[in-house]
Amino acid sequence: MSLHAQDDPTLRAAQEDRLRAVWKPPSGWFFRWTDVNNNRIGVWYTLTAFGFMLFAGVLALIMRTQLAVPNNDLVSANTFNQLFTLHGSMMMFLFAVPMFEAVSIILLPQLLGARDLPFPRLSAFGYWSFLLGGVFVSGSIFFNAAPDGGWFMYPPLTTRTDLSGLGADIWMLGLSFIEVSSVAAAVELIVGVLKCRPPGMRLNLMPLYAWYILVVAVMILFAFPPLIAGDLLFEMERLLEWPFFDAARGGDPLLWQHLFWIFGHPEVYIVFLPSIALFAMLIPTFAQRHLLGYPWIVLAAVGTAFLSFGLWVHHMFATGLPKISLAFFSAASEAVAIPTGVQIFAFIATLWAGKVKWSTPLLYASGSLAIFVIGGLTGVMVAVAPFDWQAHDTYFIVAHLHYVLIGGTLLPLFGGLYYYWPLITGKKLSDRMGRAAFWIMFVGVNLTFFPMHLSGLEGMPRRVFTYPAELGIGWLNLASTAGSYLFAAGVLVLVIDLALSPTRPKAARNPWNAGTLEWLAHPDDEDWGIRSVPLIESRYPIWDQKDFVAKVDEGRFFLPDAEEGRRETIITSVLDARPVSVIRLGTPSVKPMITAVALGAVFILTTYHLYLLSAISGVVTLACVLWWLWDTAEIPEKPEKPIGHGMHMPLYSAGPAAPGWWAMFITMMADATAFSGLVFGYYFYWTIHSDFGAGFDGPGSAAPIMALGLSLASWVGTVVAREVHARGQVMIARILLVAGTIAAIASLFAGLRCLDGLDPKANVYPAIVWVLTIWTVVHAAIGAIMQLYTLARSLAGRMTPSHDADLRNITVYQHFYALTASVTYLTIGLFPETGL
Amino acid sequence: MRGEKFIAIMGLCWLLAGCNRHQSTLAPFGADAEAIRHLFIVMLVGAVGIAGFVAWLMRRAVRAPVGEMTHRKGMRLVLWLGGIVPTVVLLGLLAYSLPYMRPRPVAPADLRIAVDGEQFWWRVAYRAADGAPVLSANEIRIPVGRTVAFRLTAGDVVHSFWIPGLAGKMDMIPGRTNTLVVRADRSGRYRGQCAEFCGLSHALMALDVVAMEPAAFDAWLEGQRGPARGAVADVAGARLFAAQGCGGCHAVRGTAAASRIGPDLSRFGQRATLAAGILPMTTANVAGFIRHPQATKPGVRMPAFPQLSDAEAMAIARYLEGLK
Repeated sequence: MSLHAQDDPTLRAAQEDRLRAVWKPPSGWFFRWTDVNNNRIGVWYTLTAFGFMLFAGVLALIMRTQLAVPNNDLVSANTFNQLFTLHGSMMMFLFAVPMFEAVSIILLPQLLGARDLPFPRLSAFGYWSFLLGGVFVSGSIFFNAAPDGGWFMYPPLTTRTDLSGLGADIWMLGLSFIEVSSVAAAVELIVGVLKCRPPGMRLNLMPLYAWYILVVAVMILFAFPPLIAGDLLFEMERLLEWPFFDAARGGDPLLWQHLFWIFGHPEVYIVFLPSIALFAMLIPTFAQRHLLGYPWIVLAAVGTAFLSFGLWVHHMFATGLPKISLAFFSAASEAVAIPTGVQIFAFIATLWAGKVKWSTPLLYASGSLAIFVIGGLTGVMVAVAPFDWQAHDTYFIVAHLHYVLIGGTLLPLFGGLYYYWPLITGKKLSDRMGRAAFWIMFVGVNLTFFPMHLSGLEGMPRRVFTYPAELGIGWLNLASTAGSYLFAAGVLVLVIDLALSPTRPKAARNPWNAGTLEWLAHPDDEDWGIRSVPLIESRYPIWDQKDFVAKVDEGRFFLPDAEEGRRETIITSVLDARPVSVIRLGTPSVKPMITAVALGAVFILTTYHLYLLSAISGVVTLACVLWWLWDTAEIPEKPEKPIGHGMHMPLYSAGPAAPGWWAMFITMMADATAFSGLVFGYYFYWTIHSDFGAGFDGPGSAAPIMALGLSLASWVGTVVAREVHARGQVMIARILLVAGTIAAIASLFAGLRCLDGLDPKANVYPAIVWVLTIWTVVHAAIGAIMQLYTLARSLAGRMTPSHDADLRNITVYQHFYALTASVTYLTIGLFPETGL
Repeated sequence: MRGEKFIAIMGLCWLLAGCNRHQSTLAPFGADAEAIRHLFIVMLVGAVGIAGFVAWLMRRAVRAPVGEMTHRKGMRLVLWLGGIVPTVVLLGLLAYSLPYMRPRPVAPADLRIAVDGEQFWWRVAYRAADGAPVLSANEIRIPVGRTVAFRLTAGDVVHSFWIPGLAGKMDMIPGRTNTLVVRADRSGRYRGQCAEFCGLSHALMALDVVAMEPAAFDAWLEGQRGPARGAVADVAGARLFAAQGCGGCHAVRGTAAASRIGPDLSRFGQRATLAAGILPMTTANVAGFIRHPQATKPGVRMPAFPQLSDAEAMAIARYLEGLK
């Protein structure tokens, strides 16, 4: 180990100057917003999500004021319906999920000792999409055009254009846009956790927060796509009158409920697990010892995620499904309490075994745990189907879900705010104000939501803008309203505390004496993230590894320099975190912002039925994406560079060694999940209609088989091109790519032939055939664009046999495309019997 | 502290049980609601116990001296309290609750009532074992002690049929038919309400429920057959009713009005409330509703009749109230 070089302070100063120059943020009134550094994007993201939370909270206050007394007429039914729809939708889509992603974008690189996340520009894109979509959706209430169908948007109330207006389109399209950005952030976080860990941080040494991020991001990947598929069907019905949820033409409103809750239930755990993750970070700090039962907690988190996908039907206990399936879903819903219990008792045992340092963050943690336990217990109650038949859609559920979400998301987040504020701003928040805010909120929450259990059981349904005095629940509601104002007062104290922060002095470094890597952060931090990327040997390196902080600060670990003037971070192997390469990260750019605006225009213009402009925006979006991509996967000026300690790392990687390949693979998993949502729809209709497809000619089997053959030809062309290209036969590879493109385009036309004579407005059978086919031919077109892009890269000298990341990435796409085409064309061509 | 709160609330439940609550799951008049209330109380006691225990444990954990809890003991605590005990308790709960899920058996001779949810009212049809169906709206009468099977459908959007004192709720979904089998055990007047958000006036879609002694019920049902009586009580009102085209949506059996679009009014005067359980049945309320239904129920499908004078609207109201 030649550490001596770093003993030289002038060398260190020179390194620091280079790092500072490389990581210098852009300046100027506009260009400062083109920054992509995770520290800044994360902070903008967090503040925006926090702002949306406050806005949605004000909406709730208006609702509580309306409900303070029976037969009140402060707001109209129309306004009230907009209020509760927007309150729920915003808290879920504009606060809880984005907040987790925002906080993770700030924390993850620090937890992993990385300079930044692998795709900083993707984070920026996600942020701008979120901001744009969020303002679009929430601003609609000022025009009396907000969605008013409930956050669950059950058709046919919401799909019938005579019963619901623009608000439904704003919900579907605005939130679909935000779902895209959520999935983008999930891809970023998964690749970050898997590939950007510091050397030596094997999976079992990973901080628990990173484990939870991984679990939650994977959940997002599988939970959001079914909703996106549902959104697609929904808008097809609203805009084009395709009857997916119209019973008169063979559709079924229940399909939406299934797709929504396949998303909606995991969503609950998506917003809950990150808070548990915050507990898992701060409890060891305040117990001043290692967390007890690390492997159990990881298994419990994974188990919760797994179970959460198997219990969506408990939102549908009253829809008349067969009793046996209710019993199954009852059991599954109760079972999810077990992994949750394991996590909670592991925290309690850790506190028990440690030397507890009482503090404001710990106060929030224990207070929220108390609230969450009550929500969890009522959760077990409503998991019991017969009780749910009474409690479902009453204020009992409103009480239950707010206990869960406030105890399991909001208050832990506030605790996390008090814990991590010094890390992010270098300053501590006021303990006194923090405690005052906590107690006001704690009393407020209980006063608001506890009486709701009773008002629900006394017969008050949810989503009512008023209630008659004769129900005898006036005083319960008055208590709830008083509580909600108290709660808001507590939030106000917290906001004032945050606002006063800039006036306070800097805190000491690592003020809580924590043991995990992120607390390397210095109050006067530089933009480079971490001075040198450490070698990790413990879960709590600051506690356990000798002279750890000094070694990092003096650049005695890896990558202490930026000799080539590039932003870099180390890529390690997935399981055991061996360093495998160094990647060059994206620098500040206007491209993410412009791409987000163009994509946003596609969704927003479609809302107003401006299809031509929307199509133009789509083309602009595609152009932006290609413009953005053109700089990526660049061929480095030298094959490898030293990262210290005599190690040399390649500067280029392709295939599974490269983060880009993983991002493509993960994105395609989400894509395939959305597609399977549509396929589920097809077979769902088949199971509920014994005569599904009867009376229609169907696409026959010739056209689908032809389309499938051409699709597979496009796939084979790409796969073989990759193989021969790797062997140096560039010309043959190019010809194969051209042939693959032609096959893809031909498959597109052959696919459209399947739709001849099928009227999608007539019945759900032609409509679902149309959707599956369109989904597939659009993927064929995207595949063709990718093949042409790769060809262009080859012709431009940006792709060579030894630098073939582009070709390897599009091959991943083609594998998934081949699967999609096979399922679609075999389904519509050979199934049901109408095809033959 | 948490536990005490639960106990206080439980005491409150008992206090409330004394009041006259006709839309409460805690004051049931049906066998199924009674069973579910029992299930709830059992679970509530368990939940209070668990919440209290966890709170005590948490307090203990924070205050314990260092060294009291070793790693080994801690892991055993997680295993038992996080894994084994919850598994056993939840399995017990599942086994205990499964019998509550069994549907009530229904015989061919049992009374069947078809209820169809509409924005924002209820279409009701009684189908006794013999005879033609008896149509009604916004009020349901059932005999005490007999099994009744509700056949639940929806005409426009998703609704949910919920009579808290009788049984759990069941959704009404366009294109689907759900069945809810119940038995009332106590006679009296009760109330139900739509429990699935169904549009602007979702909050104003309620339902009168009358549980009657079997003999009285049979007599009542028999009396529902045949043309509306009292149809000539107010000749001017009847004439206005016809002239304003009310029969374009409503039916009054025995008159020219026979449309099924809106609520059947053949026995309108027998109902206790107006506009699906929203207003007391008074002549002034009926007249006001006819002229400006949107003022009472936003989004209601019935058109307004502002052109009617007070006197004309009162005349129609008197005519309708006479229908018994």
